[in-house]
Amino acid sequence: MANTEFVILLVEDNSADVRLTQEALASGKIRHELHVVRNGEDAISFLRQQVPYIESPRPDMILLDLNLPRKDGREVLKEIKEDHNLKSIPVIILTSSEAEEDILKTYDLHANGYIVKPVDIDQFFRVIREIKEFWMSIVMLPAHESKGSLSSDRD
Amino acid sequence: MTEKINIKAIDILLVEDNPGDVRLTREALKEGKVLNSLHVVGDGIEALEFLRHEGEYATAAHPDIILLDLNLPRMDGRELLAKIKTDPKLRRIPVVILTTSKAEEDIIKTYDLHANCYITKPVDLDQFITVVKSVEEFWFTIVKLPPDRK
Repeated sequence: MANTEFVILLVEDNSADVRLTQEALASGKIRHELHVVRNGEDAISFLRQQVPYIESPRPDMILLDLNLPRKDGREVLKEIKEDHNLKSIPVIILTSSEAEEDILKTYDLHANGYIVKPVDIDQFFRVIREIKEFWMSIVMLPAHESKGSLSSDRD
Repeated sequence: MTEKINIKAIDILLVEDNPGDVRLTREALKEGKVLNSLHVVGDGIEALEFLRHEGEYATAAHPDIILLDLNLPRMDGRELLAKIKTDPKLRRIPVVILTTSKAEEDIIKTYDLHANCYITKPVDLDQFITVVKSVEEFWFTIVKLPPDRK
């Protein structure tokens, strides 16, 4: 794994869930950098390094809620996975929806995985830690040189 | 923590031509706590026949997940991945790349082709088993796999 921090983008509008996720991620040993956006439009701006996210780093992984204000998570997923520059970033759906329609639709749109947020707090913590453990120490992800704005180091 | 009891076994399609790796994978999956049914094919063409229920695979199970090696005879794993992920009926099936390759080119290419995740097979046997169990843990107990819908 690279020396640079593992960057996670959390797209989540519920403050309690943001807080829980932050705590659950912080409880592990592996260093990471967590960025949070609260709606679908900001998610896209962040990923495209547009105002006000011009300096944003490229995430190694995205945790994406489905029911979001301004732009729905399903739409965000579609845009990411149709974007030549963004589609290789793993997107894990993290949602309260258990609807089969949502599961099928998001896998069809190339979500990398679909996880239903546990209601129980201990289970929620366990799930976040498992995500972290699996994606940060078992899985190989694309390395990337360019973090930050377009003017940063490039080949 | 309560154990999950799975009434329906998870159907796994393993696309792997190395018999040693097949055996190890089978062993590791047997030791896990989730009931599963392992189907093995040795190359990409057979994999497609299995997935499309062709020939001898007319009554084959519909896999819930695919473990895919990249370097395969007859049809390369990368090509098979592309075919699966562009097929409207098959693309939703999670594909876990399980390969000896660490090449950055392979990693990027397979994520671009919508592999769900990419794992490099450890050379060490114990680590190999640990990795397969981690795959099982994450994909069978944490993740919701796509429901079977024709």
